[in-house]
Amino acid sequence: MKKKMRVLWLSAIACNGNTHSFLNYPYMEQFLDDFEFIYHPVIDSEYSLEDIVSKEIACDILLIEGAISKEFKRADVSVVEIIEKYSKIVKKIVTVGTCATFGGIFRESGYEETSGLHFDQEEPLKTHQDLLDKTISVSGCPVHPEVLVNTLYAIKKSVALKLDNFLRPKEFYAYTVHNGCTRNEYFEYKVDNHRFGELEGCMFYDHGCQAPFTHGSCNKILWNEVNSKTRAGLPCMGCTEPAFPRQNLFSTKKNMAIPENLPVGVGKRVYLTLAGISKAFKIDRLEKKLFDD
Amino acid sequence: MLDKKQLKKEQIIQAALELFASKGFYSTTIPDIALSLKMSVGNMYNYFKSKDVLAIEIIKYISAYLGEKLKEINEEEISTKEKTRRIVEMYFKTASLKPEMIDYFLRIYLSNREVFKESCEGMLCVNEFVTEIMIYFEEGVKCGDLREQDFFSAFGLFMGYLGGMVFLKGENILPNDLNDYVDDISFNIYKTLSTE
Repeated sequence: MKKKMRVLWLSAIACNGNTHSFLNYPYMEQFLDDFEFIYHPVIDSEYSLEDIVSKEIACDILLIEGAISKEFKRADVSVVEIIEKYSKIVKKIVTVGTCATFGGIFRESGYEETSGLHFDQEEPLKTHQDLLDKTISVSGCPVHPEVLVNTLYAIKKSVALKLDNFLRPKEFYAYTVHNGCTRNEYFEYKVDNHRFGELEGCMFYDHGCQAPFTHGSCNKILWNEVNSKTRAGLPCMGCTEPAFPRQNLFSTKKNMAIPENLPVGVGKRVYLTLAGISKAFKIDRLEKKLFDD
Repeated sequence: MLDKKQLKKEQIIQAALELFASKGFYSTTIPDIALSLKMSVGNMYNYFKSKDVLAIEIIKYISAYLGEKLKEINEEEISTKEKTRRIVEMYFKTASLKPEMIDYFLRIYLSNREVFKESCEGMLCVNEFVTEIMIYFEEGVKCGDLREQDFFSAFGLFMGYLGGMVFLKGENILPNDLNDYVDDISFNIYKTLSTE
């Protein structure tokens, strides 16, 4: 029998959204042929949570889901203690989702010193510096199942993943969500006039879409292999970024007509110059419904 | 070589602006402009292929000129109130020193849209100028000095007011020098746009 990689899925302060997302991975049988959970909160596993906290079970990868606070306990033991114990024996640590990476929505609750493992939003933490070399972040609310699984396979195959400043694999996070969006033509010519759920219009200008400044592969590796938020007509909410969740996710924050957040790396003057030119176009085709019969 | 050609172009633009201001846009011909520069008409066409092309180049030139002046103000580390005053001062100074420039903007560009409709859709030919005004507004709102509102409501108030004063000056209706109005007008504009 071939040797499977042994994985511990530890839930900290979490809604289990990443677990739900993971369960949608379409090739689960194949995955479970190559990996086994020594413990997972909802998938049958060899050991109980009590076993995990009371003993030291052999393990290759530690997956952490949920925001982290030393006050928060699992099986009467602080999650920080559990993390510290297993981080010593595993080959890699993966922070699964935005809460485990940056603190996310649970950080907003104001619960005692809640953050991600290495970041409090975009602020790097001084704690757990010794684990930095072992950690890979796969942010997202939830994480895309293929991003998680492909990261785990990269670990299994000992592929050296190039990481960004937040320890996210560039393979998945060097792109913006804007990349591959089917509404790019509307973006180019500054046509918003969108109505939620409809095919027409770019949602960046009025409807709060954060895709041009959010790192992720949502429009490259589609969800459930068919769709993405922006393709379906809902703005990107920037769920992979340190500042998630921002407020007013359905409207674009503007200062006297200029969006407060511009596409990554684009200067204000250049943006306005280009916008002035784009605005001069009046393309009837883009103002109409795609199917008007 | 390029610089020399650019310099000549600017001389033609300046001569044209002065003639347009004194004789009127439609009464001024390319031969008139050539004559005032002691150039041959044929040579003029090496620089501008028609009067309409020249007209469009002139408005772009003015937009770039004013845009550059505004950019200098925008980049200074001063309050929005002070920036407002500096913009009013700059605009009136330009209107006094180069009256033909503002005159062209108000009387020719804004009043003869048929000349500009092909190449100057929207704000294409006044992009530099409008971009800097947008940045002035955006930064003012961002730092909490100016009230968030529709861009054109604010733009119309600011530029309409300044343009109106220069227009009155051009009609010899204003009793005083434009400079004498800087204090009051800066105060009025800032008070209207600010969050105070």
